[in-house]
Amino acid sequence: MQRPEQRDEVEMLALMLLIRRFEERASQQYQAQKIGGFCHLYIGQEAVVTGAVAAVRDDDYIITAYRDHAHALARGTSADACMAELFGKETGCSRGLGGSMHFFDKKNHMYGGHAIVGAHVPLAAGMAFASKYRGEDRVTLCFFGDGAINQGAFHEALNLIALYKLPVVLICENNLFAMGTSVKRSTSLKQIVDRAEGYDIPGEIVDGMNFREVRDKLAEIVDSIRKDPHPAFVEIRTYRYRGHSMSDPASYRTKEELEKYRLDDPITRLRAQLTREGKLTNERFDQIDKKAKETALAAVKFAEKSPEPPLGKLYDYTYADGTEP
Amino acid sequence: MREITYRQALNEALAEELERDPNVFLMGEEVAEYHGAYKVSQGLLERFGPKRIIDTPISENGFAGLGVGAAMVGLRPIIEFMTFSFSFVAFDQVVNNAPNMFTMSGGQFNIPITFRGPNGPAHQLGATHSHATEPLYANVPGLKICTPATPRDAKGLLKTAVRDNNPVLVLEAELLYSSKGIVEPLGEELLIPLGQAEVKREGSDVSIICYSQTVPLALAAAVQLEEENISSEIVDLRSIKPLDEKAIFDSVAKTHRVVIVEQDRPFCGVGAEVCYRIQKDIFDELDAPIIRVSQEDVPTAYNERLEKAVLPSADKLIAAVKKVCYA
Repeated sequence: MQRPEQRDEVEMLALMLLIRRFEERASQQYQAQKIGGFCHLYIGQEAVVTGAVAAVRDDDYIITAYRDHAHALARGTSADACMAELFGKETGCSRGLGGSMHFFDKKNHMYGGHAIVGAHVPLAAGMAFASKYRGEDRVTLCFFGDGAINQGAFHEALNLIALYKLPVVLICENNLFAMGTSVKRSTSLKQIVDRAEGYDIPGEIVDGMNFREVRDKLAEIVDSIRKDPHPAFVEIRTYRYRGHSMSDPASYRTKEELEKYRLDDPITRLRAQLTREGKLTNERFDQIDKKAKETALAAVKFAEKSPEPPLGKLYDYTYADGTEP
Repeated sequence: MREITYRQALNEALAEELERDPNVFLMGEEVAEYHGAYKVSQGLLERFGPKRIIDTPISENGFAGLGVGAAMVGLRPIIEFMTFSFSFVAFDQVVNNAPNMFTMSGGQFNIPITFRGPNGPAHQLGATHSHATEPLYANVPGLKICTPATPRDAKGLLKTAVRDNNPVLVLEAELLYSSKGIVEPLGEELLIPLGQAEVKREGSDVSIICYSQTVPLALAAAVQLEEENISSEIVDLRSIKPLDEKAIFDSVAKTHRVVIVEQDRPFCGVGAEVCYRIQKDIFDELDAPIIRVSQEDVPTAYNERLEKAVLPSADKLIAAVKKVCYA
């Protein structure tokens, strides 16, 4: 199992670039009507999931909400399988049956992709319950947005997680908006992390535009959970550059606000840190970025030429034993 | 052969499955230290310990979802709802998460979970506690639903449900926990397949199709009808989904007259589905229109006299049978 400290920072930067270039291609393909339904992009938030996977083992459980493309890519799902899923193709990570909001990859311990806000937090409790039940030292990372923290399922799950001392890191990706409603307009608390206090779960605020801060803080938390199972809560402050989904022009916020965050871009920041430390040259960065763009474009080509799920298999994925109603 | 209660039969099923498979655990409100609101889990905490018999707070959405998550990574949870009327608080988990996961993940995650507990109208519990949830859940692809009416069926179906690799709802009959019936001796494995109806009484004049709490009602009505020279065949569906079409069709082909007696409401109820399938596939076998006896389409009343008027009864059933028999 790969230890966090062995994960090369340049590789992590490459992963952030892959996520960004993938999402840019997804946006383009959505506009070209190659992708249906809803499509929520992760651009701007890359340091959150990248920092998180850099802090855990490959066999730790990861579960998230509907803004999930990056979580699959970060877990090692190929860009091909991700793009093919968006295209609804059989080669997709959910065989074209899930779509943008329902990415799953069992092999890489990516447990979805859940599109009812807050409803997957109890699932995370169950996954962590299973780890504890079996006496494993796995940790479950449960990602959710700032919009989830006012849902009943979230509150019920937090109580159970705290009550049963389950090994879960509750990761709130606070991008300041639940669709078009700002945290100020949705939440009675001054800061989201205070939700954890109500359940006696230790909570911290992390700068989500800083890859190293995310990784180091989560590594510290995960190490302590492995020694003694317990929950933790982190409010990771981040920002999405695009609208809530592809159909959202994001008129509820100002250009100035967006520009302020763009200047604090997580990719630019890690690049500058690595360059300053002599670990990355401009040429190397350009190579990495070129490769990310090529991978994203190749994924589009792969998705285009992949077959649709066959109509004859329509009933094959309803019951695990092929039962007919 | 020995006679045990429905409650005891369920208790044996739980104990045997917990004993057989360490991945099985029981979770719900009051299941451990209180031994279950209806005492179905009596003695299980002492036998299997707090790791596997787990009390929860009053938090149906939370613990139903916890079960689904545990099932995603290979455990086989048995989640008890104190009554299925409370499952509505967890509706999203039962309807959206448990049955959709297998499809949405392209077959990567099946959910081997059992949701169980009392279901259907009981006695003077008022509108919130008297729901027959089967038609609501039967509308959801990916769920399986069984409705045992006897101790033997309760034991055999619950054991099968726990071993099934899909989400299964075991809708127990709230009024029948203390009813008794013949069950195989302990130590003899009793598994009853989901999706198999059973003819509980043979007859030749009319098929009475029933399930759960309407089975004893139908059997009682059959005795009275016999005195009036009407021979009733009692078909207990046992499972709502999958539905045993063949057993229904075989009986209808024999009697040519059908009354469906169901514990749910009439609009889009279980009987509507059964009725549709009969007229679609074996219309020519029918000698009379099918009649359904169900609850009235009103929230269940508390007042005893009014409640009785709302619920299906032997009298209502007998009247319906006479009508289809033109007697």
